[in-house]
Amino acid sequence: MNGEELTEQETALYDRQIRVWGADAQRRLSKSHILVYGMKGTAAEFCKNIVLAGVGSLTLVDDGAVTEDALSSNFLILPDENVCAEKTVAELCCNSLKVFNPMVRVSVEKGDLSSFGGDFFDRFDVVIVSCCTLMTKKSINEKCRKLSKRVAFYTVDCRNSCGEIFVDLQKHIYTKKKLDENNQPTTVECELQYPSFQESISVPWRTLPRRVSKLYFAMRVIERFEEAEGRNPGEISIEDLPAVLKLKKEICEAQSMNESHIPNALMERLVMGRREFPPVCAIIGGILGQEVIKAISGKGDPLQNFFFFDAMDGKGVIENISYPSLCN
Amino acid sequence: MASLHHANVVKGATVLMVGAGGIGCELLKTLALSGFQDIHIIDMDTIEVSNLNRQFLFRQSHVGQSKAKVARDAVLRFRPHISITPYHANVKDSNFNVDFFKQFSVVLNGLDNLDARRHVNRLCLAAEVPLVESGTTGFLGQVTVHVKGKTECYECQPKPAPKTYPVCTITSTPSKFVHCIVWAKDLLFAKFFGDKNQENDLNVRSSDASNSSEHAEDVFERRNNEDIEQYGRRIYDHVFGYNIEVALSNEETWKNCTRPKPIYSGDVLPENLNHQNGNVDKSRATDDLSSVSSMASLGLKNPQDVWSLTENSRVFLESLKLFFASREKEIGNLSFDKDDQLAVEFVTAAANIRAASFGIPLHSLFEAKGIAGNIVHAVATTNAIVAGLIVIEAIKVLERDTDNYRMTYCLEHPSRKMLLMPVEPFEPNKSCCVCSKSPLSLEINTHRSKLRDFVEKIVKAKLGMNFPLIMHESKLLYEVGDDLEDDMIANYTANLEKVLSELPSSVTGGTMLTVEDLQQEFTCNIYIKHREEFDEEKEPDGMVLSGWTRAPDKKDDNKSVGNGGSTSKASPTEAQKAVELDEISEGTEISGKKRKRPEVSTNETNNHNEVQKVDVVDDEDDELVMLDHWDTDNKKKRLQ
Repeated sequence: MNGEELTEQETALYDRQIRVWGADAQRRLSKSHILVYGMKGTAAEFCKNIVLAGVGSLTLVDDGAVTEDALSSNFLILPDENVCAEKTVAELCCNSLKVFNPMVRVSVEKGDLSSFGGDFFDRFDVVIVSCCTLMTKKSINEKCRKLSKRVAFYTVDCRNSCGEIFVDLQKHIYTKKKLDENNQPTTVECELQYPSFQESISVPWRTLPRRVSKLYFAMRVIERFEEAEGRNPGEISIEDLPAVLKLKKEICEAQSMNESHIPNALMERLVMGRREFPPVCAIIGGILGQEVIKAISGKGDPLQNFFFFDAMDGKGVIENISYPSLCN
Repeated sequence: MASLHHANVVKGATVLMVGAGGIGCELLKTLALSGFQDIHIIDMDTIEVSNLNRQFLFRQSHVGQSKAKVARDAVLRFRPHISITPYHANVKDSNFNVDFFKQFSVVLNGLDNLDARRHVNRLCLAAEVPLVESGTTGFLGQVTVHVKGKTECYECQPKPAPKTYPVCTITSTPSKFVHCIVWAKDLLFAKFFGDKNQENDLNVRSSDASNSSEHAEDVFERRNNEDIEQYGRRIYDHVFGYNIEVALSNEETWKNCTRPKPIYSGDVLPENLNHQNGNVDKSRATDDLSSVSSMASLGLKNPQDVWSLTENSRVFLESLKLFFASREKEIGNLSFDKDDQLAVEFVTAAANIRAASFGIPLHSLFEAKGIAGNIVHAVATTNAIVAGLIVIEAIKVLERDTDNYRMTYCLEHPSRKMLLMPVEPFEPNKSCCVCSKSPLSLEINTHRSKLRDFVEKIVKAKLGMNFPLIMHESKLLYEVGDDLEDDMIANYTANLEKVLSELPSSVTGGTMLTVEDLQQEFTCNIYIKHREEFDEEKEPDGMVLSGWTRAPDKKDDNKSVGNGGSTSKASPTEAQKAVELDEISEGTEISGKKRKRPEVSTNETNNHNEVQKVDVVDDEDDELVMLDHWDTDNKKKRLQ
């Protein structure tokens, strides 16, 4: 492959999607490098999508052992006990992903992601973290932001039948199709400025529009609870509900928001959601896949900067959570 | 619904999936992960290379095998203890009857064609099994729920007709590249390689014989001692040169159009090609379809490149030569197939030469293939999202959670901040002839139209019946079935050739006909109105069906040329899959709900798939969007 033109093999394999996003976007995809941390069901769905799309390389980080939880919504792990016993979740997923598309290099990196330095992240164009602590999210986001090259950063989480995606593309320049004054399609260049994760979640709640998805607030409460208790992400159960509701009340008071704005029923669903709900993994993993393709190809409006899906009402909503000065 | 996640109904359910393709692979995976334990899956297709970018259960080594069977084996690897029953068969086969459908708790469609969707809809209605229907194109997708008596059925809404073009646009005044493709595929390719006896609107008479029509020489007959290149050049000069000159002589045609310029092979390619390329290696004659390629033998590598007129002319002559050298046996019964490399090369080159003649921009083989094959844009992500949404609806259906059923649209650009937009399902359409048994009326010339015309153009094309039975009061006029007596068959065959008014039980204005499909358990009453005249351009069928919804017009009748009529079995279905998404652009006016009707501003991209008007039921925080009208531009953009 000379990197400039798609090979015959690529054109044949990617025929249907080149018809969606064009040969140019396909070339950019094939030169991109993706890092995924935390291999649960949603990340597995995302990895499948991006490997099929034909990225250059995908690196997985997850030293976890295979547990029943890990198996529950992850179709990349085959429940063969002999194989599972010796390998990490990332290694098992890697083996499955490799055969999805022989043109993508899939590999595993061992270690604790939060201890990795800037040079490590410099190797990637896109970094995705899933199922990690508030602290880890912030620190990896900051490390990516300090690099001279632009690294697109995403967090993705699924709890019970709810899902959340956060996006930080820093300064993103892209093209999109528009009709000119004569109603003829043309391509225009656009620029967006994104706040960091830390900046986004620091926006005072009372300054946000009333219609902002309740999931946004509920997810922040759970995140804070797990941090305060020193829990691993998802290490929460129905027994924690009274304490979670107490924390919700405190945060709402501090943010001068009526606590009834975050329904207790929603909090209850989130604390029960140790396992991901597979249809929501597919939906969130699909949306994240599309967003990463947009970010790499520089084509089309990327979402800014949170996405929420709740299977209860079926809505997939974009929320822009940033200081007014950063909005454009 | 709080228990969505741990629904017990899931374990006890027996589900039928129809289709193991793009949506099907994702759906089977998500069903298995979600705890479904008894899944049946029907798909008649085998795996192709262009499936592998999204149908992730399949590998290169599976190409040619049954989709249903390979999908089952792949899913059993990560969920070994569930039951998956594959059927490598057509869902329209007679063994998939109402009794077969009755064994399922819910039916989930991941289909790619209108015909099969209508068929499954009727069987679900007859068997009273809920149906969750879906479709995707590019980043757009939709999931709908159809429960008899509760929500509209799949056929309650009119389905747009596949695009057809007036014959004269194709034969004399093309203005878009697609017109050139239709010409190259349905006229030229068909004339060269298809059935020589079929009707064809291409002018095949040479100058000296043009006046004595009947016995004139057909220029497409290859003369004795004519080599392939001479033959190719003669045809080239006839269709791109002489025919254009003939057309130019009719001044009337060019009053409002740009005049085309005739193109002759000698001007474009003065040199004989044989010198450069030598003869075709005989050993290649046994090679498979994809390896015989004029691009390969001419050294053209990139299918995304737009060839010059000279290159197109070379490809034209070279493909013709390769067809005669390597695939001579097939000539006479070939039909265009988008997976036939040489056929695509020939059609691309011919369409481009014609485009050059008419001043229309030339296109690459990649683009031409997409247009000629009606190839649907498809990505894995949309299919994954749609499959997730199907499973969520399936669980609600199993829980009988009627109030929470939703149709969901996947959008490319957000509307009201939403990328996934749930909409409350509509009530059944009272005038739907499928689920409300509402009668139809047919305007037809009962003295001129034969029973055959009625069967082909109405019963099969519009009503989508496979095994029809036609009755007038208690008299049987026509029937299709396996167990008919010889004398009955003879009787029905004779009836087919009779005009309606001369049938044993005369059908005239005021007659009520009953048409029934025994497999689909679908009966329809049609009230006949006699009418003398029909507009040939606007009413090419010579009959007009009304009352319910307008179903798609079938392609390839006498007076219009469709894009995709004579394609391989995969192509029409792909074409109709694209049509499915056009449903999004269809207006829907029924529903008993009270609604407000705000104009929703579309975002600045002016995306043609944007929602234009939505009705909103606004109960404080929990808003629910009701569609009323989608931008119809969507339809126009698709073919370009």
